[in-house]
Amino acid sequence: MFRNQYDTDVTTWSPAGRLFQVEYAMEAVKQGSAAIGLRSKSHVVLACVNKANSELSSHQKKIFKADDHIGVAIAGLTADGRVLSRYMRSECINYSYSYESPLPVGRLVVQLADKAQVCTQRSWKRPYGVGLLVAGLDESGAHLYYNCPSGNYFEYQAFAIGSRSQAAKTYLERRFENFMGSSRDDLLKDALFAIRETLQGEKLTSSICTVAVVGVGEAFHILDQGTVQALIEAFEIAGEEATASEPTAADQPASEPGAAADQGAPAGHDAAPMDI
Amino acid sequence: MTKQQANWSPYDNNGGTCVAIAGADYCVIAADTRMSTGYSILTRDYSKICKLADKCVMASSGFQADVKALQKVLSARHLIYQHQHNKQMSCPAMGQLLSNTLYYKRFFPYYSFNVLGGLDNEGKGCVYTYDAVGSYERVGYSSQGSGATLITPFLDNQLKSPSPLLLPAKDAVTPLSETEAIDLVKTCFASATERDIYTGDKLEIVVLNADGICREYMELRKD
Repeated sequence: MFRNQYDTDVTTWSPAGRLFQVEYAMEAVKQGSAAIGLRSKSHVVLACVNKANSELSSHQKKIFKADDHIGVAIAGLTADGRVLSRYMRSECINYSYSYESPLPVGRLVVQLADKAQVCTQRSWKRPYGVGLLVAGLDESGAHLYYNCPSGNYFEYQAFAIGSRSQAAKTYLERRFENFMGSSRDDLLKDALFAIRETLQGEKLTSSICTVAVVGVGEAFHILDQGTVQALIEAFEIAGEEATASEPTAADQPASEPGAAADQGAPAGHDAAPMDI
Repeated sequence: MTKQQANWSPYDNNGGTCVAIAGADYCVIAADTRMSTGYSILTRDYSKICKLADKCVMASSGFQADVKALQKVLSARHLIYQHQHNKQMSCPAMGQLLSNTLYYKRFFPYYSFNVLGGLDNEGKGCVYTYDAVGSYERVGYSSQGSGATLITPFLDNQLKSPSPLLLPAKDAVTPLSETEAIDLVKTCFASATERDIYTGDKLEIVVLNADGICREYMELRKD
């Protein structure tokens, strides 16, 4: 339809007021393997699915430490994600050097968003094809942000991006109201459950997922495989099917989400995703 | 017509002395805590020692503003290294980085006289000594700063290995035990404090070994 006529350049508007190249970049995020994040008052957990291309290859690194108090999980073009996480590290180091204090998370995500916006308004550039879940702790508490290729960013209680993320989002929507008061272990449990939702019945083991935590008194770090496997076994979530422990009463579809949880999801083909 | 002289200098000398001694499996790095300017004392409690990495500690005397700037640059570079390599920098690596960083400012130098101490990749003690523009050498022991002229001859007498022409070749690291080395350092500073007006107040000693890092203090004469 009209879509193909106005999608050659990122600097071309469609008659409906959309930038298709930016929307295509957001598609790339949806094609990447899932990444989820959730936060409480004192901790933020990031988890992602690590699918290797073949048995012979290693899997992509999807979670990066930017500083002791900030980490990021990516979905989409991992090469773009690597470049952006290098930028984040550099910004954190420069801020610490100048101000002898950690870069506030809110500042970093604005800088990232502005950087992404530049690529939506230059004819010789293309948007970054990666979505970033930024987890961080600063003076104002624990934060989880989602930065998207359009240059928009939102703060979330919990969110999921990448392929089959809707299943994880549904799970998170049911539970997010409790997250603020959750303990670190409860957050980890919910993160692993949410990851399991995206696996569609495949067995959850520590070899296909990565988990990272940041919290009060705890620097951002990726949990090692042994710890993750122990958590999986402790929470008994390795099962092939969804366990009966999840409340079946909360069966409503994801259409009426809590204010925080669903802002990034495209409502349909009519509304431009960036407008929500 | 006499040559015009500068009426302002960007540098100042805050005095102080640093020493480092390498052992078979440990390294001792020590510095006094007095910071002076001219004939005045600015503070009696200023640390000249900075931990750059798990196995690498630097002590610097000279102009402390430049020392602080140098420490910040090296710490930031170490963070970048950790992000890229997923591990801490080794002492020899940091040694080279310090040299490069100093030479980078060859035409407006850091007025900083450094000794780097730590454990090398094999766990043996190592000490690197520098001039202000990055010329460096791995040695068994070293001293820098206002009291260096008093301490170095004494260390030579106690630690210097015999001629390198002798066989079998002798190691640069001292055969002394850790406690003996710490004692030697305390003796050095007690003597230097007597004759050097810029050295005194307190001695800070950092010991690096396989168990980690530990720090101790000793009072020095305050006059």
